[in-house]
Amino acid sequence: MSPKKRMTIHDHAAEASLFKRRALFTFLCVMAMISILLYNLYYLQVESFKDYSTRSNDNRIRVVPVSPNRGLIYDRNGVLLAENRPFYSLKVLPEKAKNLADTLKQLQQVIELSNDEIDNFNEALKYQRRFKPLTLKSRLTEEQVAVFSVNQYKYPGVYVEAGLKRYYPFDGLLTHVLGYVGKINQKDRARLEASDDWKNYAATKDIGKQGIERYYESLLHGTPGHLEEEVNNRGRTIRTLKSTPPVSGQDIYLTIDINLQKKAMEMLAGRRGSVVAIDPRDGGILALVSSPSYDPNQFVHGISGKAYRSLLNDDSRPLINRATQGQYAPASTIKPLMALAGLEDNTIDEKTRIWDPGFWQIPNVEHKYRDWKRWGHGWVDIHHAIIDSCDTFFYEMAYKLGIDRISEFMMPFGFGDNSGIDIFEESPGNMPTRDWKQLKYEQPWYIGDTISIGIGQGYWTATPLQLANATAILANHGRRYVPHLLRAMQSQQTNVPAPVDERPPIVLKDENNWDIVNDSMYRTANKIRFKDSPYKAAMKTGTAQVVSVAQDAKYDAKAIKERHRDNALIVAYAPYENPTIVVSVVLENAGWGGENAGPVAKAMLDEYLLRPKTSGKE
Amino acid sequence: MNSQHYRPNIWRRMHIDLPLLIGLLALMVYGAFAIYSASGTNFAMVERQAVRMALALGAMLFMAQINPEVLRRWALPIYLTGVVLLIGVHFFGEVNKGAQRWLNIGFMEFQPSELMKLAFPITMAWYISKFPLPPKKRYLSGAAVLLLVPTLLIAKQPDLGTSILVASSGVFVLFLSGMSWRIVLSLIGSALAFLPVLWFYLMHDYQRTRVLTLLDPEKDPLGAGYHIIQSQIAIGSGGLWGKGWLQGTQSQLEFLPERHTDFIFAVIGEEFGLIGSLILLAIYLYVIGRGLVIASRAQTSFARLLAGSITLTFFVYIFVNIGMVSGILPVVGVPLPLISYGGTSMISLMIGFGILMSVSTHRRFINR
Repeated sequence: MSPKKRMTIHDHAAEASLFKRRALFTFLCVMAMISILLYNLYYLQVESFKDYSTRSNDNRIRVVPVSPNRGLIYDRNGVLLAENRPFYSLKVLPEKAKNLADTLKQLQQVIELSNDEIDNFNEALKYQRRFKPLTLKSRLTEEQVAVFSVNQYKYPGVYVEAGLKRYYPFDGLLTHVLGYVGKINQKDRARLEASDDWKNYAATKDIGKQGIERYYESLLHGTPGHLEEEVNNRGRTIRTLKSTPPVSGQDIYLTIDINLQKKAMEMLAGRRGSVVAIDPRDGGILALVSSPSYDPNQFVHGISGKAYRSLLNDDSRPLINRATQGQYAPASTIKPLMALAGLEDNTIDEKTRIWDPGFWQIPNVEHKYRDWKRWGHGWVDIHHAIIDSCDTFFYEMAYKLGIDRISEFMMPFGFGDNSGIDIFEESPGNMPTRDWKQLKYEQPWYIGDTISIGIGQGYWTATPLQLANATAILANHGRRYVPHLLRAMQSQQTNVPAPVDERPPIVLKDENNWDIVNDSMYRTANKIRFKDSPYKAAMKTGTAQVVSVAQDAKYDAKAIKERHRDNALIVAYAPYENPTIVVSVVLENAGWGGENAGPVAKAMLDEYLLRPKTSGKE
Repeated sequence: MNSQHYRPNIWRRMHIDLPLLIGLLALMVYGAFAIYSASGTNFAMVERQAVRMALALGAMLFMAQINPEVLRRWALPIYLTGVVLLIGVHFFGEVNKGAQRWLNIGFMEFQPSELMKLAFPITMAWYISKFPLPPKKRYLSGAAVLLLVPTLLIAKQPDLGTSILVASSGVFVLFLSGMSWRIVLSLIGSALAFLPVLWFYLMHDYQRTRVLTLLDPEKDPLGAGYHIIQSQIAIGSGGLWGKGWLQGTQSQLEFLPERHTDFIFAVIGEEFGLIGSLILLAIYLYVIGRGLVIASRAQTSFARLLAGSITLTFFVYIFVNIGMVSGILPVVGVPLPLISYGGTSMISLMIGFGILMSVSTHRRFINR
């Protein structure tokens, strides 16, 4: 010790033993504290192991849904109507590209990039992880893909990715049947959430918007698969742990015959109108055409606002499905049915004859209801009345039947109600009743209203599909099928036929009445139109006055005049004895039914019955 | 026993305490494996750490050659140098991540607080052992001044972890010297009374956040609570046997932050499980036990107190680090001793163990 220091006396032995006691005490404290640590570790690693294990897996495992391939759509003979085509996008993986700005500049020597595409890309770049690929340009043409592929080595981190998009190879030919798919929007999402299907759409971008695509969405969509991926803390995929492949949607076969569909479109030749062909034996729709149509493919990739507005504002209304939504006065095409109603009601029989002076008057009323033939048909019976389409005969019959019995008789033939076709775009048309008029116009039913109904005018409207369907029931002697487009679906390599929906048949008091009316239609057909056909057909034409298609004042005089012309209609079926096809044709503002709609119907029947049979056709 | 003094064995002549060295080497090997895994199997990092281990062992060996008496004689000058440097940091220190800890002394950057970690127990042991033990109450004011100056200077930087380590090394000297229980209890009481003052006036916001986060980490799971939540998930998901070396998803997929430095214990807990943690704690306990045995056998009060303080401070590292990583203590920047990646703490710790070896191997014939 330094002498400077105050004198201190150390008891070394006592100090040493005091230290030992303290050291022992602290060692016990250390053990106690280590026990606390161990207890806590025990709590974490044994007691809470399950909980933390789950959370650890939640951290590292990401479930990525994989979208299923949409089911394909075929016609009845296996012709592909809707397919999934690869489409190519130019993708950039930012972290692999050496210098993005340079890369973009050099890319432009190979592939044209618009300023919009570059701006969008740069914007998206700000919000994306550098290891996530970004789309630079979508919908590359095959040529662009080829040119880029040759030069790809110059652009590290840039590559072409193929995806699948719906493609309709027949463009506008089937738009009103197939509809189309488009991006899932808020409304679609709400609908899917309501039906608890939303979870199946996690990886799906498109959904059926109209037609078959929408109606059979649940068949076509399929079941998504998923990948379980291990990811790190920045979300980068390290490896795939498990993968459950998606199950493709079911392929479906339609009742449509593509050749018949083509023929109908060809015969319409761009005119406004509709053709529907049904197989009366099961209600399968062979052709359903609404003209003008539009290309559904433009909706698949998102139609531009301009293109959509031009479709919307087109005064020939291409977006309307005329076959199922067009509500036309059926005109004389329903005269056979009116005759049937009269026969069934005993208002007339096959021998009843009336005198037609060219007009008809309600007893004790001045007003003359004119026949189309100014000078009259003379003495007419039921056959004569149908063959020559005598108005007077049916004015009188409607008068005698009255609206109540007419409506009651016509409704089972499908008038005034949805046909039940398997697309959502449908209108019920109108089969007027007293109650309906009171409700709609707050006016009582007048006798005069009934007289127009007798020749298929006035408040009576029907869709071309309804006309075909009613004619099929007539040709079938009362057997009724719900018209439909789905013929079969493919499930695990086997074709499952779609169930045929048959309704209770219409039973007449006198079954002979079917033959009387059908015979009249047969004679009508053989008068001129089908005189030389190798098969026997039956038909009835109609010429409807265009009463009040709302006219915009903007149209020029010529257009107004055109739009005021009569609609030409026809219903026909063949072969007469054992019908396999029923056709209805409506041509807007085309004029006389027989000479305008007739050739279309004949072309359809010829096409269907005389074309060399292809395989698989019944 | 006596024969040892006459024919010292090779270890003794090299001033190496073999049992202690074995414990330290076991920790370093354990650490090397943990770092290889925590670095994402980066062998270069293990190599760098191995170089530091070699340097640290060299520093230990060097310190072991220095007689504790020399340290005692130089205690005050070392302490004063340390304080001057700490003041220097306060005025001229480099600011890094909001803290002012580093001093640029021309050819290298250096943390004076690390020097103080070593200097302070020496100083305190020197001061207390001047007096007959147990120390009288009147010596405590001197001890308090010695303790508060460096502690506050370091806390001001701010470096809470180091100031806790420095302060506790001083407190351990006082306690081991045999300070009466009355004083010990009253000191504990006044420390508790001081806590509110600390909370409201002295602590930084981020430090308060760390304490609050400890109480409810889920409140801000992606922000303040992220470290602690991820580390608890790592430890908890390790279970009894662990996920296996290099198999820890929390560590390998980088959900764990700071996994090769301060949070390396979470990697150990995840990959080696409760068993692996137990083994690690057993080695630590062995090293601490050996340290206290060395201290108890020391021949001077100064050597005893110094060795005891160094050993217990080593335990403070362990407790604060594992407590923080497993979520029972707030986040404080204290590494897991001899395991965490990094050179500074490794070297200062091994210098401490060098002092222990010196105490263990520099013996005279007569106890003083």
